[in-house]
Amino acid sequence: MTESECVECGGTVSLHDDLEVGEIVDCETCGAELEAVDTSPPVLDRAPELEEDWGE
Amino acid sequence: MKFGLLYSRIRRDEKLLLSELRERGHEVAKLDVREQRFGLNATDAGLADCDLVVDRCLATSRSLYATRFLSAYGVPVVNGPETAAVCADKVKNSLALEAAGVPTPATEVTFTKEAAMRSIEEFGYPCVVKPVVGSWGRLMAKIDSENAAEAILEHKATLGHYEHKVFYVQEYVDKPGRDIRVLACDGEPVAAMTRSSDHWLTNAAKGGATAAFDLDDEARELVKTASDAVGGGLLGVDLMETDEARSAPESSGERSDPRDGESRYTVHEVNHTVEFKALNEASEVDVPAAVVDWLELKAETAGEAVMTA
Repeated sequence: MTESECVECGGTVSLHDDLEVGEIVDCETCGAELEAVDTSPPVLDRAPELEEDWGE
Repeated sequence: MKFGLLYSRIRRDEKLLLSELRERGHEVAKLDVREQRFGLNATDAGLADCDLVVDRCLATSRSLYATRFLSAYGVPVVNGPETAAVCADKVKNSLALEAAGVPTPATEVTFTKEAAMRSIEEFGYPCVVKPVVGSWGRLMAKIDSENAAEAILEHKATLGHYEHKVFYVQEYVDKPGRDIRVLACDGEPVAAMTRSSDHWLTNAAKGGATAAFDLDDEARELVKTASDAVGGGLLGVDLMETDEARSAPESSGERSDPRDGESRYTVHEVNHTVEFKALNEASEVDVPAAVVDWLELKAETAGEAVMTA
């Protein structure tokens, strides 16, 4: 497990070792959806909001 | 082999695919579609040397255009742009199923709320209004009364994107509290599951409970025909069970249903960027392994086609 900082609340976010760029993780402190924009070292940014054409 | 994975969000589904591809020793180029630039005859994306690109775009609009560009460049891509175009649009989807003789819910499309209201009255209550583009059960409306119909149509006409002014009205199928999702590769079922809920929407994305499902011969044949109807590929075919003889809506008599009452299933849609994490958990089948088996086959076929061209 690694850690990074939530860009929304500054809290610590635990990350799995197999984190992928583009993966979404939730901040357990504030609930924000965060996107991994880098993995070495892990960097998180706010995830895009749901768009109307998302899906299968 | 080298595979490209076109994405804008890595879901559990994409992680399963990435793991399976890498474990088999394949090179994988992850391509964030948000960063790509597509010219009319070339892209700066590292795609040219991919044996196969797998479209896993979360956004339908991006999937449609990105696959169209890749196809124009001669880069093998699954699913192809033709399949994407049919599956992304419920009108095209329904027309393709109907043309192939696949039982599908009776549907009418109108361009004004007044005409939509006539369709709704003719289908009777309840009936269903769906957006022509959408997924995960979003903006689906089961209409139980005239008052509800008027309100929903007015909201769509007033507040919606222009696509919401294409009114897709469908009969309500009284399914037995569940529908069936089949993941198929070029019409060959990989695995199937039921999605059950007390709510009329049973999508896994809406929290429907999942369980493995054994397909009978009729369902298998419908899956194959439905897959062919939309152009084939890696698809999620959705079926509902109906034991009732199907009949045309009571109306002027001009609308006839050639599929009267024979099938135990009706196919309501085929999805082209199918999610499978829930199916992988519900089924004993190793779904990502089966999908990658098929991707390898497609890559080989694409390579042979280039060699003989």
